[in-house]
Amino acid sequence: MANTDIEARKQELLNQGYTEVYTRTKVLTDAVMHYCPGCGHGTTHRLVAEVIDEMGIQDQVVGVSPVGCSVLAYNYFDVDFQEAAHGRAPALATAIKRLNPDTFVFTYQGDGDLAAIGTAETIHACNRGENITMIFVNNGIYGMTGGQMAPTTLIGMKSATTPYGRRVDLNGYPLRITELISTLPGTYYVTRQSVQTPAAVRKAKAAIRKAFENQKLKKGLSFVEILSNCNSGWKMTPVQANKWMEDNMMPNYPVGDIKVDGKLVDNVDVARLAVDHPLTVMQ
Amino acid sequence: MAFKGQIVIDTEHCKGCGVCLAACPMQCLELSKNVNGKGYNYTQTVNDKCIGCASCAMVCPDGVISVYKKQC
Repeated sequence: MANTDIEARKQELLNQGYTEVYTRTKVLTDAVMHYCPGCGHGTTHRLVAEVIDEMGIQDQVVGVSPVGCSVLAYNYFDVDFQEAAHGRAPALATAIKRLNPDTFVFTYQGDGDLAAIGTAETIHACNRGENITMIFVNNGIYGMTGGQMAPTTLIGMKSATTPYGRRVDLNGYPLRITELISTLPGTYYVTRQSVQTPAAVRKAKAAIRKAFENQKLKKGLSFVEILSNCNSGWKMTPVQANKWMEDNMMPNYPVGDIKVDGKLVDNVDVARLAVDHPLTVMQ
Repeated sequence: MAFKGQIVIDTEHCKGCGVCLAACPMQCLELSKNVNGKGYNYTQTVNDKCIGCASCAMVCPDGVISVYKKQC
């Protein structure tokens, strides 16, 4: 259907007494996203755009896009955007927020950008307690360059550079950067969410909303990790990849709030996660 | 109180990932045998059991689904 047909069909339904439950937000541009079919990046983009739309802050938002799959994020959001060097998005966001304190600044990064080359910038921005929002999309792999091992790749998980599975003696342990930064005093809200089911998407949206609202309080950094699939990197169909993520990623990366309003959540045992790394077997 | 739903799918922008098929509680969706301009088998409705819950729209990575509902 062409665009005009779609608008006509929507109008026809409204005339028949239907009410609108959901439609694509205007904060996203009409550009077709370049992400693989079923990728969690698209859903996360949509959620961020919907939160900006609902808060009515479209003209006050500055986004910072990373290097990685989401390098072209500025094409898809109808807000001000700045492209950062690889891993340096938190440093750039710090400058934008300090020079324009009234803006809402968010970074949008993947695991290769935030947890590998940008670890120093991430940890120091969190430790300084900059009043920014960081969105971290974790799919356990370098998706854009062809599925190489990332710091967040699970033990036993196959990737282009670990064809027999990640080995602890060779490659070390998966990096739980979200738990790591939750122990820093500068962070105000730290959470891990996922986007594979309607319920998870709604929770992730609430978390992103809270992370943006926190910027008004000026109490510290808000960090939202989104677990995502990488169906082309994992060599699965999107639905299989979502299932694999639930079975294997979630035991390693437990979903839920880790730090709320500057206090660690009681039932999250960060100390246990420091030693417990379940083995994943990937077919 | 029952609701009747209708969805409008932007078939040209659909990538045929099938995530919405897995999310639909009423099994109203299927992948078409035809392809769109990009060569993807797009999503289409297969029956009128839709209740307008918007689960498909919630998980759609490309936001191609609009959902409408009315009481009946």
